[in-house]
This record gives sequence, structure tokens and C-alpha cells, in this order.
Amino acid sequence: MSENKELLKNGKRIDGRGIEDLRDMEAEVGIFKRADGSGYFRMGNTEAVAAVFGPRELHPKHRQKPKRGILQCRYNLTPFSVEDRKRPGPSRRGKEIGKVSEGALSSIVFLEEFPTATIDVYMEVISADAGTRCVALNAASIALADAGVPMKGLISACAAGKIEDTPVLDLKGEEDKDGQVDLPIAMNAETGDITLLQMDGMTDIDEMDEMLGLAVKGCKKVAEKQREALMKTFEDSK
Amino acid sequence: MGKKLVEDKSNVLPGDVIVEGDYLSDRGTYKENGKVKSKVLGVARIEKSKVRVIPLSGGYIPKEGDKVIGKVSGIGPSHWWIELDSPYDGYLSLAEGSEEFIDLDETELSDVYDIGDIIYTEVIKVTSEKDVKLSMQDRICKKLTGGRIVRISPSRVPRLIGKGGSMVEMIKNKTDSRIIIGQNGIVWIGGGKEDLALEAVKTVDERGHGRGLKEKVEKILNKR
Repeated sequence: MSENKELLKNGKRIDGRGIEDLRDMEAEVGIFKRADGSGYFRMGNTEAVAAVFGPRELHPKHRQKPKRGILQCRYNLTPFSVEDRKRPGPSRRGKEIGKVSEGALSSIVFLEEFPTATIDVYMEVISADAGTRCVALNAASIALADAGVPMKGLISACAAGKIEDTPVLDLKGEEDKDGQVDLPIAMNAETGDITLLQMDGMTDIDEMDEMLGLAVKGCKKVAEKQREALMKTFEDSK
Repeated sequence: MGKKLVEDKSNVLPGDVIVEGDYLSDRGTYKENGKVKSKVLGVARIEKSKVRVIPLSGGYIPKEGDKVIGKVSGIGPSHWWIELDSPYDGYLSLAEGSEEFIDLDETELSDVYDIGDIIYTEVIKVTSEKDVKLSMQDRICKKLTGGRIVRISPSRVPRLIGKGGSMVEMIKNKTDSRIIIGQNGIVWIGGGKEDLALEAVKTVDERGHGRGLKEKVEKILNKR
């Protein structure tokens, strides 16, 4: 681990944030006309767009479930989103994140209302600076609401981590690279149900608790931003 | 009796608590721990004993009793498959296909409804696996020829019909067009000033929420 950079100085991080500060956020609903629902989310320099199609007929037919619908997720890092151009096309990492996002989102959607059908969620990261899965999920969640898909609530996602032995909220690129722990979570901020929890790095149980507490706080702030963006759709349609 | 947590007609998001206690959960809502919550992005309507949410958007899911407009997409030995702009295709059997008796020895099914034909039909049964059965037995069900087809969001259909059909009647009167509205958001417009009627229908689709919709549509209709 390269320790040449000082990530934390007098309680301030490299971009001037405090330990419990999120990066600035931006959210927009309905950015694609041809999709049933769409959304954009930005946290600092990480940006993602999401499009939702469906419920629609599922093919191939053998994947249809007679009693409930399914939710399919695609997560993709665009080639220009990272510093060194990423080779386009599916990757091991992309598939894995798509898979865990499916789990994070399908637990709040009333899939039993759409037997045999599918809801397709496409998430594209257009600029990556750590926390891409969280930002992509935030965009996907508002896109699902925009599509009129029945849901138990909204999914809000946010990462916490550890840099220089201090738990901090919402890592940015350098902190993720040179830090010790990255802990992204996704949750229904209203009920407190966590639907995604991953961790990279090493920690002990007390620090884990502390980081989780931070991430939950972050998710609540993200949820407020999502609510604000969704409420704007009522004005637009007037 | 329960307690209201938001006003009637307020905007809600999925997961928002609308009322607590003794209310019934109607369309667009679900009940959890004695609270009625919204399932969709929409406008909450709190009635005497039940709560529903009118969605802002969303696709069409067939429901028994709905009159819909569909396109014939396939013909079987004794049935037709009808596309309904929904994840589920409709099944129209020979017996339900016409009021008259069809003798298969003398007529081909494609002579009655051919692939690509547009029909106005009724949903008579939806099973739990979402097999949709259609019928043409109702006298107002028919094959639609000529005219134009426009798709609007199914959530806007009640706005296009208006209170007691007032909105669609107004458009019909001012344009001399015949208009047939399917619950699945497909609208057929035939005869009269088709262009003007089309513009009015599209206005309802685009500006379907909020007040003063009728005035806006009236303005468009009086323009020409």
C-alpha cells in the first residue's frame, strides 16, 4: 500500500471534505424518451445513467417463471469512464455487479404482479471515480420509479470506508485506491432493510459497525436527493 | 378509524406512508404493519374507507372487463393471438370471435380477422398466470378499419375519458371524429378533423397531470 499521499489531514480529506461528508450530488429523472423510465445520478465525479424497460415479455421462454416476473440488470463501465480506456464489452466485474444489483433491486419490486414477464434495468457508468455501483443503483432506483414499476420503496446506496485507520463516508477515487476498506451498501432508507452489502479490505467488528452506521446515514441523505428529483416529475407533467 | 399522514391528492413516492390504521389498501398501494403505503409514483386519493394511488406512468396489465384495442399477431387452428401492448398477449377463441357461427369448412380464420388487423375487444378472463382471454361478443366490439392509431400512456386513459366521458365527448364534438379508447392506452381516431383530434389526444398524454387540462385542450380545439 502506497503511503506517499496524505489522505487525511487535521480531519480534512484530500478534497476538503470532513469524515462524515458526502460528495455533492445531482439527480435527474426521465432523461431518455424512448425508455419506459430513466434516471441520472452523480456523486462527485462519479456519474451513471439508468434505463428501465418493461414489464415486458421474457425471451428465451424457458427462463420465464410462471408465478412471478424477473428483474434483469446490466452494469457497464463505458470505455471512456476510467483513466485508462476500458476494453468495451462484458467483463467479469461487470457481470458480477449486474448480478448483485439484480438482488439489491428485485427485493423491493413487486415481481409477483408480473408472472412470466421481465423488467430490464440497464445501468451505464459514464464517469468513474469510486462508488460506481452505488451511483448506478441510485440512478436505477429512480428510473424504476419513473417507469411506474410497483415497489416497496426506493433503494439508496452509498459507500463507507477506512482511510488511515479512520472510518469515513463516501470514498472518492484516491481514497478507494490507497485506503484500507471499501464498504458499499444499498438499502431501503425508509425501512432500514439492507439489500446489498459488500466489503473490500480488512477490518474488525467495531470498525465495521462504525462504518455501517456512517453508510446508513449516507444512504438517508441520498434518499432525500432521490425524492427531490422524483418530485420534480410532477411539475414537469403540468 | 385511521389517521391520515398526507393530504388527499398529494404527490407520493413508492414507500411513502399514506394512512395508518383502519383503511383498506386499493390499487397502487400495499399494507404493511397497519400502514398503507404507496407502491408507485403518483397521486394519493384517500376515500372514506380505502386508499389508492393514481400512477403517473406505467405499462398496461390486462384486467377482466377492460375494453382494449389490439392487433392480430397470429392465427392458430381455431384461435387468434392479439397483441395488446402489454407483456401478455390475448387469446381470442373461435367461439368468442364472432356473434355469428363460423363454419371452418367454408371460411378461413384469416377472412374474419387477418394478421395486422386492429380490433376493439373485451378482456373476459385473466388467470393467475396472466393468460388473457378475449371476446368479441359485446356489440360494441369490432374490427377497426381506416382511421389512425395513437399510443398514449395507459395511466392517462382516465384523463382522456374525463368525468363521465366529458373530455372525449368534447374532442368528438369539436372535431366530428369518432374516437375509440382502449384501456391499454391505444386510441383509434377516425373521420372528421383527424389531425386536430390527434393533437388534442397527444396534449392529454403529455400534460396529463395537474389542473386546467380541459381548458388547455379546449384552447387547442378552438384554435382552428
